[in-house]
Amino acid sequence: MSAATPFDLWVYLAASPLLWLTITVGIFVGAQRLAKASGFNALVNPVLITIVAVVIVLQLTGTRYDTYFDGAQFIHFILGPATVALAVPLYRARQLVRAKALPILAALAVGAPFAIASATIIAFLLGAGREIILALVPKSVTAGIAVGIAGEIGAEPALTAVLVIATGILGAVIVTPLMNAHKITDYAARGFAAGLTSHGIGTARAYQVDQIAGSFAGLAMALNGLATAIIVPLAFGVFG
Amino acid sequence: MLLGLFALLACQLAGEVIVRAFAWPVPGPVIGIVLMFAVLTLHGHLRKPEAAEQGPIAKVADTLLSNLGLVFVPAGVGISQHYGLILDHGLALVVALVVSTVLTLLVTVGVFRLVSRLQSSRRPVP
Repeated sequence: MSAATPFDLWVYLAASPLLWLTITVGIFVGAQRLAKASGFNALVNPVLITIVAVVIVLQLTGTRYDTYFDGAQFIHFILGPATVALAVPLYRARQLVRAKALPILAALAVGAPFAIASATIIAFLLGAGREIILALVPKSVTAGIAVGIAGEIGAEPALTAVLVIATGILGAVIVTPLMNAHKITDYAARGFAAGLTSHGIGTARAYQVDQIAGSFAGLAMALNGLATAIIVPLAFGVFG
Repeated sequence: MLLGLFALLACQLAGEVIVRAFAWPVPGPVIGIVLMFAVLTLHGHLRKPEAAEQGPIAKVADTLLSNLGLVFVPAGVGISQHYGLILDHGLALVVALVVSTVLTLLVTVGVFRLVSRLQSSRRPVP
């Protein structure tokens, strides 16, 4: 067997799951370093940077998403266990939850339906189609649950995932300046809002800012995932 | 480490099975969270709460959750599949997402603080 030309090598690598898996993990590690170097500036979001960088690499190399996903699916699969893992911060926070049970339940009862209603009503008023509106329904819920909800209500799972991630990044970028502008210093409340609105990406951001904020964000993400997963199919069962 | 991973996968699997068996309109991992929470509570009762908080399940969960951002990337890259749909509805989507995100943050933080304050003002000062 003769030595492979660079072209042969590329043909092999571009179709191999290993290449895209390695590139995704590598870029994410680099993006995390960048976020740390920036002093965790809200705009330097590792998830956003990685997605943009990978999309650019795929465009430049003319690689199809299916080919990319063959490799990246190994990371994607971890969404499920990572969602179940939310039970751990929930368990650790059980005393905190008991002490703050009323504010938590009230903020959840208002926030969970508000997140759904505000996005879908605005999109509806601006003339968006059914496809877009349905995909917006679980946008504040962590991706592992949101894609499941999308399946239940007939929304496109990939579009849902994109909107979920966009909401996560938006909330993570907005939350700190917004709360500071309103002079809100209650980190439990700030974290809860970040996790409810922007799930895992908001929670990752909350942990960068404050430990208490991070615990409440993780709690809010888990509770909103549960609440939305229960509310939405029931509401759709009623309204149809 | 493997025991923790097994526990997470087993709860997710049990969640998927339950949801399908009873035709519940809820995603499997949601039931998985509830089952995992029950397992941790049971573990905490039988041993000590600290054992459940720092045990093998918690260690794997911490590793997964501290790199949670990474698991969103493959789905997020899927944006390249939806350029058309997103560009066609660009304005509606951007306005809906930005306004809804800002309002949801403010409404949630507002309700949380309001109820928190009502609760502490009602409580007799010790």
